[in-house]
Amino acid sequence: MPEVKILEEVCKGCGLCCDSACPVDILILSPNRINSNGYHPAEVTDMEKCIGCGYCFKVCPEPAIEVYK
Amino acid sequence: MKKIFGRPDGLTDTLLRYCPGCGHGIVHRIIGDLLVTLNIRERAVGIAPVGCSVFADEYFNCDMIQPPHGRGPAVSTGIKRSRPDCIVFSYQGDGDLAAIGTAEIIHAGARNENITIIFINNAIFGMTGGQLAPTTLPGMKSTTSVQGRDIEKQGYPIKVCELLSGLDGPYYLERCAVDTPKNIIKTEKAIKTAFKNQIDNKGFSMVEILSMCPTGWGKTPIQAKKWITDVMAQYYPLGVFCDRSKEEK
Repeated sequence: MPEVKILEEVCKGCGLCCDSACPVDILILSPNRINSNGYHPAEVTDMEKCIGCGYCFKVCPEPAIEVYK
Repeated sequence: MKKIFGRPDGLTDTLLRYCPGCGHGIVHRIIGDLLVTLNIRERAVGIAPVGCSVFADEYFNCDMIQPPHGRGPAVSTGIKRSRPDCIVFSYQGDGDLAAIGTAEIIHAGARNENITIIFINNAIFGMTGGQLAPTTLPGMKSTTSVQGRDIEKQGYPIKVCELLSGLDGPYYLERCAVDTPKNIIKTEKAIKTAFKNQIDNKGFSMVEILSMCPTGWGKTPIQAKKWITDVMAQYYPLGVFCDRSKEEK
C-alpha cells in the first residue's frame, strides 16, 4: 500500500498539493497543526485511498513530500 | 516500504528560502533529479543567476559558480570551451536573461554553444520587489507599472523563445510551465532533452519555464498557478520552438 509522508518542518503550507494535484483528493492544509516557521503544513486525510502516483511530490516546491510503496 | 519519490541527491539538505508556492523549488527538484538519473552530478557545473535563486549554489549538490548579472551564457561558454568534459547549465531568471543578459543569450544562441540554459520566466522582477520586467504581460500590474503595463510607454514583452528561434544557431528551444502535474512532467522531459543534447555534443539548448511568483503577483499560490494556465500560457504559448534533431533524421 502506498504511503505519503509530509515533512512538516519543511512544508510552507502553499497548498499546491491540496488544490487539484491529488487525483483522489486526500490532501488538505492542516487546520489546527502549525510548524516552527508558522505555516499550516499539509496533511493526509485518508491514507487508504492513496494510489502512489506521486503528483503531490511533483508539484511540491520544497520538496516536503515523500512517497513510499 | 521503498521510497519511490523523495528529495533527490542532486539537491543538498539546505532548506529552500523561497516564498511559499514559488516555482523555483519545482525546477530545482527536477534538475536535482536529472543530475542523478543522467549520472552527471560529478562533472556538472551550474551557473547561479542573480535574483531570487542567487543562492542556488547552496541548493544544488554539484559545482556552482556565480557570475555577474546576466553573464551566465558568457561564463558557461568559457567553462565549456576550457573544460569540454563538464556539463554546464546556466539557471537564469527573466530579469537576468531577458533584461541585462539579452546580448549574451542571443550571441550564445547564434554561436550554438554546447550549453544548457534553464530560463525561469515569472514575468516580474521577484527579488527586488515586483518591478516591471521585460517579460511582464501587457496590462499586468507591477510596483513600477501600477496602472498595468502600458504598451505605449513600456513597449511589448520580449518572447525569448520566439526571438531565439529566428536564429540559425540554436539546437533546441522549448517553452514549458510548472502549473499542473502534466506540465511539470513535460518540463522534466524538456530539461532532460536539453541535458542529453549537451552530453551528445549537439549544441545550444534552452528550456523556458513559466513559473509562478505569488508574492510578486499579489496572489495566493493557487491563484498564481491558475493565472499561469488562464493568462500567461495564452500569451506565451507552450511548445517546442526549435528542434534540429528532427532535421537530422
